[in-house]
Amino acid sequence: MNVQLSRRYTFAASHRLHNPAFSDAENQRIYGKCNNPYGHGHNYTLEVTLTGPVDAATGMVANLGDLDPFVQRTVLDAFDHRNLSEEVELFRSVVPTTENLCIEIFRRLRDFPKARLLRIRIEETSKNSFEYSE
Amino acid sequence: MVTLTRKIEFAASHLYHNPAFTAEENQRIFGKCNNPHGHGHNYTLEVTVEGKPDPRTGMVLDLGELKNLLENEVMQRMDHRFLNYEVPELKGLIPTCENVAIIIWNLLAPKIPQGRLYRVRLYESPDLFVDCYGEEIGK
Repeated sequence: MNVQLSRRYTFAASHRLHNPAFSDAENQRIYGKCNNPYGHGHNYTLEVTLTGPVDAATGMVANLGDLDPFVQRTVLDAFDHRNLSEEVELFRSVVPTTENLCIEIFRRLRDFPKARLLRIRIEETSKNSFEYSE
Repeated sequence: MVTLTRKIEFAASHLYHNPAFTAEENQRIFGKCNNPHGHGHNYTLEVTVEGKPDPRTGMVLDLGELKNLLENEVMQRMDHRFLNYEVPELKGLIPTCENVAIIIWNLLAPKIPQGRLYRVRLYESPDLFVDCYGEEIGK
């Protein structure tokens, strides 16, 4: 039976969309108000989807007691109440769009040992969401 | 192909306990879900049926028939019930969100009047849900 388990987490963070390879005018044109030099913030919702066989003894794809601390340690501790552009090493050289955030969070969670990571979905606002899978 | 999704809500209680484990193992693995008196959730179930709209009615399937099916198979069986003790399909299974979604799939799949059951999504809380796609390889 093909079963997928999804767990939602929230974190608050700030960022600025700016590519130094573009001129100031291009940055402004492409990123609009997201290019504001002081940055701005969002309440992000992160949805992590795992898949795998349902363990016959526990009835679970994965134990949330294993997943929650893994996500806390690898993602939330690094991202929650942080400035992504300034405080996450990758985003010093990569524009912290939510697309890139999905890819980075997938990379950080890929090695979760108890089940296979299938999909990362992030809601940046109630109107914007992004998904990444490999 | 078009999919149609209908949502229902039900309230039920459960507890997680595997008699093959020691008391300490049950506590370690299941945590507060191992409380012997059980606890409850408001479940939200989303049932998605895939099919081609009937050219005469414009519908994938008659929503009234799906509503009755969900009432008879899910609401009557699970709403305001203690899942461990009152749902025979869960006998011998830990009533996790995974296993409840699987038995709902098994109850509904053979009875969908038109189209094909595509997905069963069961929310145990707004922050935890399970998708069941039957035996098909997942997307």
